Amino acid sequence: MYVYADNAATTAVSPKALEAMLPYFSEVYGNASSLHSPGQRAAEGLQRARETVAKAINADFKEIYFTGCGSEADNQAILSGAALGARKGKKHIVSTAFEHHAVLHTLEKLKKQGYEVTLLDVHENGVVTPDDVAAAIRDDTALVTIMMVNNEIGTVQPIADIAKVCRERGVLFHTDAVQAVGHIPVDVKALDVDMLSMAAHKFHGPKGVGALYARKGVPLVNVIEGGQQERGKRGGTENIAGIVGMAAALEEATADLDKDMAYVTGLREKLIEGLSKIPHSRLNGDREKRVPGTVNFCFEGIEGESLLLLLDARGIAASSGSACTSGSLDPSHVLLALGLPHEIAHGSLRLSIDRMNTEAEIDHIIESVPQVVDYLRGMSPVWDELERGLTPHLI
Amino acid sequence: MPLYSDTVMDHFQHPRNVGKMEDADGIGEVGNAVCGDIMRMYIKVRDGIITDVSFITFGCGSAIASSSMATEMIKGKPIEEALELSNKAVAQALDGLPAHKLHCSVLAEEAVRAAVKDYYDKNNIAYDPAVFGCDMACAHEHDHTPTEE
Ligand SMILES: Cc1ncc(COP(=O)(O)O)c(C=O)c1O
Repeated sequence: MYVYADNAATTAVSPKALEAMLPYFSEVYGNASSLHSPGQRAAEGLQRARETVAKAINADFKEIYFTGCGSEADNQAILSGAALGARKGKKHIVSTAFEHHAVLHTLEKLKKQGYEVTLLDVHENGVVTPDDVAAAIRDDTALVTIMMVNNEIGTVQPIADIAKVCRERGVLFHTDAVQAVGHIPVDVKALDVDMLSMAAHKFHGPKGVGALYARKGVPLVNVIEGGQQERGKRGGTENIAGIVGMAAALEEATADLDKDMAYVTGLREKLIEGLSKIPHSRLNGDREKRVPGTVNFCFEGIEGESLLLLLDARGIAASSGSACTSGSLDPSHVLLALGLPHEIAHGSLRLSIDRMNTEAEIDHIIESVPQVVDYLRGMSPVWDELERGLTPHLI
Repeated sequence: MPLYSDTVMDHFQHPRNVGKMEDADGIGEVGNAVCGDIMRMYIKVRDGIITDVSFITFGCGSAIASSSMATEMIKGKPIEEALELSNKAVAQALDGLPAHKLHCSVLAEEAVRAAVKDYYDKNNIAYDPAVFGCDMACAHEHDHTPTEE
């Protein structure tokens, strides 16, 4: 048995999405900007996909801009908000410390251009409060950008309440919903957000396709200059097969969302219960305010990369926020933002499941993880000192 | 392309000489938990020969593999030879390490030296302190280049 439990990194393209895509490689290969009939058939496919994606998040199809990935959608939303603000002399942006790097690095770039950025604390439970947002907004705030679901720990942010604060204060609001769309209900009208990012490959669509929702009247700046594609806001001949795959995958993911959420939540609860039995372990992120499928644990005394490699050898694909897996000196900025000390953050494990996973797979994880953790603790000098009482347990 | 060579994976999945040693003559510990890797090496010495060696390690796959390889390379060797073990030799014996993991082999070299130093200190054996120049505390080079998921 090989269990794929890394769906927050990416997912398999669903058979339905793949089937929908295939004709667009070799049969319906026209350029959607062409006037001839092969081009028009491609344009029809593109339009249907746009309507499908719009409907899934309760938007108008004219508010959907397809992009090359979730990161591009984040970049475009933030750069647009920043540009609009600058025109009114507003150069302050509010975000959080645990955003995806697509957001954080764009903000870093803006800082070099003279913008000021406030990164909100995400508290011990990984949830931002609307009051924090209200307190951070200033007269010169151009944009608030806060993710809907955190990709590492799975906590869900109170987006509707935050959007309300922003609306009252007249500040543009963007949410990175890359980990939310297709997994929990996302209704842009009910949430009342101005911009929202998504990526197809997180809900069983293809990689390399994303979309930005921008409410009517929100002026976008281009990240890619070019032709008149995407209402002139994103140059480049459209990746129609990818876009059609995104729409098909999203339609499928939202068709039975309530049922799927209940199913995945059930599996997750079993997973949390099973892993919580490991001594000196800790569930990261709020116990309740979380997306159905993402679970993040820290195990004291071990390091995440070796844990991942041994789990892979036992047929489990997962991920970790340890420094060794991030390729940098520090463990994940998300875990550090929760206030975890480095030595604890190094021992993290993220398991992200979804509707494609089975209960037997969860059983396999619950059986394997404690064995691997035990084995690694048995050869860990850190664990040895903890067990001999030379250093105090932190969890 | 896999991150690690087959040799690294073999030493990681089947580490040689792993475990604590109750009656060690010298114990060396290097690295720190904040950086994400700690190695502890135990040696037994008879007539200037390292007759037995073992290790325990907290760290990534290459840290565990480097410790394991280092123990194999010094077992049965005279102390002077063990002190000459270089991180390059450890990395080479492992059929190479990714650039940002080379510090794991440095830690292995340092762990061996720390264990020998401890043996010398405990037995009042005179030595040239210059041989153990560094302070052994997380002195290895880290790679700061961030990568993206
Ligand atoms: C929260 C979040 N935002 C943005 C992205 C970037 O998406 P993409 O990889 O499609 O650029 C990801 C996924 O990696 C994510 O999890």
